[in-house]
Amino acid sequence: MGEMIRMVAVLAVLSAVSGGVLAGVQQWTREPIERQQLANEKAPVIRHILQGMENDPIAERFTLKDGDRNRQFFPGLLPDGPVMVLEGSSQGYSGDIHVMVGIRMNDDTLAGIGVTTHSETPGIGSRAKEDPSFSRQFAGKKASGPKTLRSDGGDIDSLSGATITSRAVGRAVEEAAAAYLRLKPELESRFSGKED
Amino acid sequence: MPRPLHKEFLKGLWEEIPPFRLVLGLCPVLAVTRSVENGIGMGLATAFVLVCSNMLISLLRNHIPPKVRIACYILVIATFVTIVDLLMQAFTYPLYQKLGIFIPLIVVNCIVLGRAEAFASKNPLLPSLADGLGIGIGFTLSLATLGALREIFGNGTFFGHTVFGPGYMPLTFLVEAPGAFIGLGLLLGLMNLISQRR
Repeated sequence: MGEMIRMVAVLAVLSAVSGGVLAGVQQWTREPIERQQLANEKAPVIRHILQGMENDPIAERFTLKDGDRNRQFFPGLLPDGPVMVLEGSSQGYSGDIHVMVGIRMNDDTLAGIGVTTHSETPGIGSRAKEDPSFSRQFAGKKASGPKTLRSDGGDIDSLSGATITSRAVGRAVEEAAAAYLRLKPELESRFSGKED
Repeated sequence: MPRPLHKEFLKGLWEEIPPFRLVLGLCPVLAVTRSVENGIGMGLATAFVLVCSNMLISLLRNHIPPKVRIACYILVIATFVTIVDLLMQAFTYPLYQKLGIFIPLIVVNCIVLGRAEAFASKNPLLPSLADGLGIGIGFTLSLATLGALREIFGNGTFFGHTVFGPGYMPLTFLVEAPGAFIGLGLLLGLMNLISQRR
């Protein structure tokens, strides 16, 4: 009996200490990690979506309150009109998939999308990020409405062998588009304010 | 009669150098040694975990009940691996991107758990530190050597700089998976040859 209690106590104490230490390290590294992700993961995708932009969307990024969370927006000025870029996420095959979504402010259609951070299987789910022919399918679609796979009755071709990842990318795009439509009035006032 | 500290340290550099002598932890060895930089990064991350976990487990060795020792070791190792993972994300992001999933997988690296079970749980702090440092540096050297071999001949570069003239045709297969096995086998054979000559 005594041995049993000792085993439980040792494991419990170790777990508690480990949890505490990790919480501390995570707190401490959160800001540098966010900076690194912005520079190394998000910025290249944003630049890719906003090819030919006339401003610096990274420097002009701003945050809006969306319900109880904060969302970052990257405003881009393209020759044919303003594009708002924001990030959506959904649960993929392993962990969350984050997707940058650019939406044209004039007609609420998608200008382009790109996967930023994910932890999908290398070589299978990771193709959602590496294979441009997959993400290209989203360009031109309306922001409202579902982004479902062909096998689910939609019109997106999934990555072969990575149906769950493909579906998750569609959901992440829907999530970002829904947030954009919710916050559109605020976003428009931001843009018109800037141009004055 | 305990062995002197420098022997505990030096054994990791030749006599028991992983992964050649203790043929353990091959998964990251084969997967990440496409280049010297990746090899060194992976080696140092593993060495950090190894040194920290060896020290902590050696300090706790009289308090850990034998029946749950493996669970305790894994807990300690997983904590240090998560710390390395966060630190690399915060300060060496491009390297973190290249090593990806193999950083969290240090948790299940047999070398780390093996040293905890075979050495740190039976020895005091200083020898465990020397052991962790030796094996960790040995592992880093092995990964760097294999990475250099594969990068130089497979890609014609060293740390990203071109080594040979433009006429060099890279042996591309060396940076692919089979090249890892062949490179590992060649180095292992070379080491055995040198040991026999002695």
